[in-house]
Amino acid sequence: MLIGLDVGGTNIDAIIIRDGKIINKVKSPLYGKELLDSILDTLDRLLEGYEKSQIKRVNLSTTICTNAIVKNEISSVGMLIQSGPGLPTKGLSCGNANHFLAGSIDHRGRVTEDLDADEISQAIKEFKDKKIDHCAVVTKFSTRNPKVEIKIKDMLDEHFDFITTGHSISGKLNFPRRVYTSYLNSAVYSTFKDFADKIEESFARQGINAPIYILKADGGTMDLNSARQKPVESILSGPAASFMGMEALLPIDGDSIFLDIGGTTTDIFFLVNGSPLFEEEGIKIDRYKTLVRSIYSVSIGLGGDSRIKIEDGKLEIGPDKEARPYCQGGENPTPTDAMLALGLMEDGDWERARYIMDDMGRRLNKSGDDMANLILDTMGDIIKDKIDSLLEEINSKPVYTVKEVLYSKKVRPEYINIIGGPAKSLAAVLERKLGLTCNFPRNYHIANAVGAGLAKATLDITLMADTEQGFITIPELNIHENIKGEYSLQMAKEQAVSLLVNHINLLDNELRITEKDIEITEESSFNMVDGFYTRGQNIRVEAQVKPGLIHTLRSE
Amino acid sequence: MIKAKKNLGIVLFPAFDWAISETHPEREERLLYTKDQLFEEGIGDIEGIKFFNPLVAKKEDVERVHFCVPNVGDRVTKSHLVSVGGAIRAAEAVSMGEVDKAFALIRPPGHHAHKMVYGDRGFCIVNMEAIMIEHMRKSNPGLKVAIIDSDCHHGDGTQDIYWNDKNILFISFHQDGRTLYPGTGSINELGGPSAYGYNLNIPLPPGTGDEGFLHVLDNVILPVLDEYKPDIIINSAGQDNHYSDPLTNMNFTARGYATLNERLNPDIAVLEGGYSIEGALPYINLGIILAMAGIDYSNVAEPDLYTQNLKQSPEITSYIEEVSKVVYNKWKNRHKLRKDMYEGKNYLEKDAQIYYDTDGIMDRQKQGFHICDKCAGLNTIESKSSSGFYVFAISIPIGSCKKCLDKGYKMYKEASLNKFTNVYLQDRVNDRYLKEGKIGGLYRV
Ligand SMILES: [Zn+2]
Ligand SMILES: [Zn+2]
Repeated sequence: MLIGLDVGGTNIDAIIIRDGKIINKVKSPLYGKELLDSILDTLDRLLEGYEKSQIKRVNLSTTICTNAIVKNEISSVGMLIQSGPGLPTKGLSCGNANHFLAGSIDHRGRVTEDLDADEISQAIKEFKDKKIDHCAVVTKFSTRNPKVEIKIKDMLDEHFDFITTGHSISGKLNFPRRVYTSYLNSAVYSTFKDFADKIEESFARQGINAPIYILKADGGTMDLNSARQKPVESILSGPAASFMGMEALLPIDGDSIFLDIGGTTTDIFFLVNGSPLFEEEGIKIDRYKTLVRSIYSVSIGLGGDSRIKIEDGKLEIGPDKEARPYCQGGENPTPTDAMLALGLMEDGDWERARYIMDDMGRRLNKSGDDMANLILDTMGDIIKDKIDSLLEEINSKPVYTVKEVLYSKKVRPEYINIIGGPAKSLAAVLERKLGLTCNFPRNYHIANAVGAGLAKATLDITLMADTEQGFITIPELNIHENIKGEYSLQMAKEQAVSLLVNHINLLDNELRITEKDIEITEESSFNMVDGFYTRGQNIRVEAQVKPGLIHTLRSE
Repeated sequence: MIKAKKNLGIVLFPAFDWAISETHPEREERLLYTKDQLFEEGIGDIEGIKFFNPLVAKKEDVERVHFCVPNVGDRVTKSHLVSVGGAIRAAEAVSMGEVDKAFALIRPPGHHAHKMVYGDRGFCIVNMEAIMIEHMRKSNPGLKVAIIDSDCHHGDGTQDIYWNDKNILFISFHQDGRTLYPGTGSINELGGPSAYGYNLNIPLPPGTGDEGFLHVLDNVILPVLDEYKPDIIINSAGQDNHYSDPLTNMNFTARGYATLNERLNPDIAVLEGGYSIEGALPYINLGIILAMAGIDYSNVAEPDLYTQNLKQSPEITSYIEEVSKVVYNKWKNRHKLRKDMYEGKNYLEKDAQIYYDTDGIMDRQKQGFHICDKCAGLNTIESKSSSGFYVFAISIPIGSCKKCLDKGYKMYKEASLNKFTNVYLQDRVNDRYLKEGKIGGLYRV
C-alpha cells in the first residue's frame, strides 16, 4: 500500500494505492486547524479500516514551508556572504543580520584573496547578541570551490543550531540566487523540523512504520532526513503533484501541453519528448528568485469561478474571481454557469445558470446559449494566446553553439492533456482553437494526490573537473576531491551516472534506480590552452535522475 | 534587487563548437569564463537585462559589405553567419525598441576584414559591425553612425570599408602600428575624397593606461561626437588593451573599460579581440555590461589588479596629450584639409597591400575613387591576389546619383573576363549584387 497526500490551497487530498489501483480517497477542507492536525485527521479518515502495517511508503506534498515563507513566520537568520569583486552587494542582504566578508574565489575556483578570521568571530558575536540560532554561509563561486564555505561553517558549528552552506544547495552558477536560497533554507529549518518530528512521532504512535517522503517542486521526492537538511526543496510542490498525477493518468509521449484548470487559475505545463520542462534556474517564491529546481509551470487567473465583465461590448474573463458561481448561489455569472447552462457539467442549479446566461446575453444581443458558447470560446482564446507566447519564449532559450543555432529542436506540442473541474467542458473548444487533440482522465479531481503518491526520488548534480588544477567538484554531493590519474569527459559522465544511481538507491532502495533512469542534461569539455600548449581539460557534466512514477494508473 | 537604469539586451554567443585551430587564441574556450562570471553574477536576473539568441545572417547581408572571392559560400562559414547574425540581432533589438542598448558578445571577431575578402586575416573573415550597420541602413539609408573602435589593434578592415563614406564616422584608438599588427592606423589616414576627416586614428604608445585612454575619450572622441551628432554610436569593443593581454602591451583595466563605456554611452557594443580569457575578459565584459545598463560597476576588479603597477609614465601622458591635440585639430580643419587635397580633381587612385596572416595570401589593390559633385561617387577596386584571382569590383554607394548608377553598370558590363578572373558589382541603391567569373577553377558567366 502506498499513501499519497497533497496539501492544496483549500483542501487536503489523500489516497491509498494498492496493486496499481486507487482503493480509497479522502478530501478534507483546510480551515481553522493547524496544518499538521489537518494532515493527521485526513490520514486517520483515509486509513480507517485498513491494515496500517501494510503501508510501504507515504509521500507527502506539503505547504508547510511555502506558508511559513509567504506569511513570514520564519526564523531569524544570520548571513555570512563573501561576494568578492563584481556586482554591488546591496541587493544581497536578506535575513536579520548580514556580514559581507573579505576574500574571493575566481571562476576557476582559485582562492584569489584570503578570508579574514576576525570578521567571522565578530559575526558570531553579533549573531549571538541578536539571539540568532540559524546561519547561512555563501561565497561567490563556492560551487567551484566549497572549501571556504566549509571552513567558515566549521568555525560556526559549535555556536549555532543550523547552518546552510551555499554549495550544498545547488551546483548551478548564480550567486544571488544561492544567497537567497541558502537564506530561505535556514529560515524554514525549524518550522520543517518540528513538522517532520511530529509527523514521525504520530505515525509511530499509530503503528505506521513506512518511510516518509516529501514531494519537491521538480516532481520528485526526498526522504525525510534529506528534507530536514534541505527543507527549502519542499516549497511550491503543489503544481508538481498535479503534473505527476497527470503523468500517471494520461499518455505523455512526445511534445505536449498539460493544463490544470481549476476554479481560480489555469496552470500551464509543457512536456518535451515525454519529460517535463523545468524552470531554467529555479522557482521564485515571495520576492526571492531561488535555485530550487522546479517543473516549469505558469499560472494564469482563469478558471471556473472567474469574474466575467463586458467592457465596450467585449467580453473579459478573469483574473479576478467570484466567491461562487451564480448557479451555486453566487451573485454574478461565471464560466461554470456557462458550462452548466450548456449541459457540459452537473454541479449546480441548471435553471439559475440558464437565467444568468440569458440575462448576460441580452446585453450583447445574444441568446443564452450563444452567450455561454462565447464565454467558453473566449476562455479558449485566452489560453491559446498564453500558450503561443510561452512557446515562443521557450523556443528562444539561449544557445551557445553554432550547431544549436542551426539545428536545435523546437518544442512543438502534438496534443493536450487537461485535468480539473472545467476540463471536460473546455476540451472541445481547446481542440478547435489549438488544433490539437485533448485528453482528460476520469479521476482528474484526485490527480494531485495520485501524483504525490506515485512520485519517485529525484536528484540532479553538477560535475566540474579541472584537469590542470587536478580537482573534481560535485557540490550537491559534497564532493571536492583530487583527480587521480587520467580523466576524460567519458569518465566524468560515467562517474556522474554511477554516483546518482548509488546515492538514490542508498536513500530509497525500494525504487531500484538503474542507469536507464539517469539523463545527462549537459556535457562539454574544453581544452585549456596556455600559449600554444594544452594544459588540461575543463569538463562539465550535468545529470539528473528524471522525475518518474512508481507506476502509472492509465486505466483511471 | 538590482535594477538596470537602461534596458540592455545581450547576445551571448560564445560559439563553444568553433575554433580557428585547437590552440589558436580564437578557440572554444575564449568566452567560457566570461559566461561563467556572468552566470555567477546572476546577470540574467537583473530587471531590465534580457538575453537574445543570434539569428543566421543571409548571403545578401554579407554582399552588402564585402566582395567575397569567388563568392560568399566559399569564403564564409556557418559559424561566421551566426556570429554576424548575433550582431544583427543586437542591432534589431535596439532599433525595434525591445531594449535601449545592446551588447553582442560574439565570436569570431571581424574588424580586420576589408571590403575584399580572400580569406581569414587577424582572426577575421567578415566585418561584424559593417554587416550590422548595412543591415540597419537597408531600411534607414540616411542613418548616421559613429563607430568607436576600442580594440588594441587598428580596425583596418572597418576603416577600409568606410574610407569614403561620411555617414559612418570611424574613430579607432589602438597601440601604435609601428609596434603592433596590422601596422596601419596612423593619424594621416583620414578618409577618401568624399569623407575626408571622417576616419580618425589615434595611435597610442605601448604602456598606455586608464588615464591615457580616458584622456583620448574626453579630448578627442567625445568632442568629435558632440559635433558629428550620430544617430547611433557603436563600440567596436575589443578587450586586448587590457594589461594582461598576451598579444599586446597596454595597461587598460576592466574598470577603465567600464568608465569608457559609461562616458561614451554607446547604443550597441560588439565584442572584437581580447585574448586574456581568464584574467581580463570575465571582468571587462561584466564591467561593460554594468556600465551600459547604468549599474554601479565600482566593485568590478581583476583579482590581481592591486598587485600590478599600471601607472602611466609622464612621457606617455604628454605624448598622448599631443597626439590628441593633433587629431582633434585635423577633425576641426577637415573641410579645409579636404579642399587642399582634392579640389579640382575628378578621380583618385590609392594603392593598398593587404596580407592575410592566417591564410598566407597577399592582395595587391588599386582602389579608385570617382568624384561626383552630386553624390559620394563610385568606388572601384582592382585586386590581384597571390591565391590566383584578378578581380575588378565596383561599388555604387547608397544615395548615388542616376549618372553614377548608370556609369557603375556600364563599367560592370565592359569589364572583360579576358582580363579579370572575377568581376563584381555592388549596387547599394537597388540592393542588388552581381558577379561573374571563376569559381574553383571553372568559369561561369
Ligand atoms: Zn585586437
Ligand atoms: Zn554621382
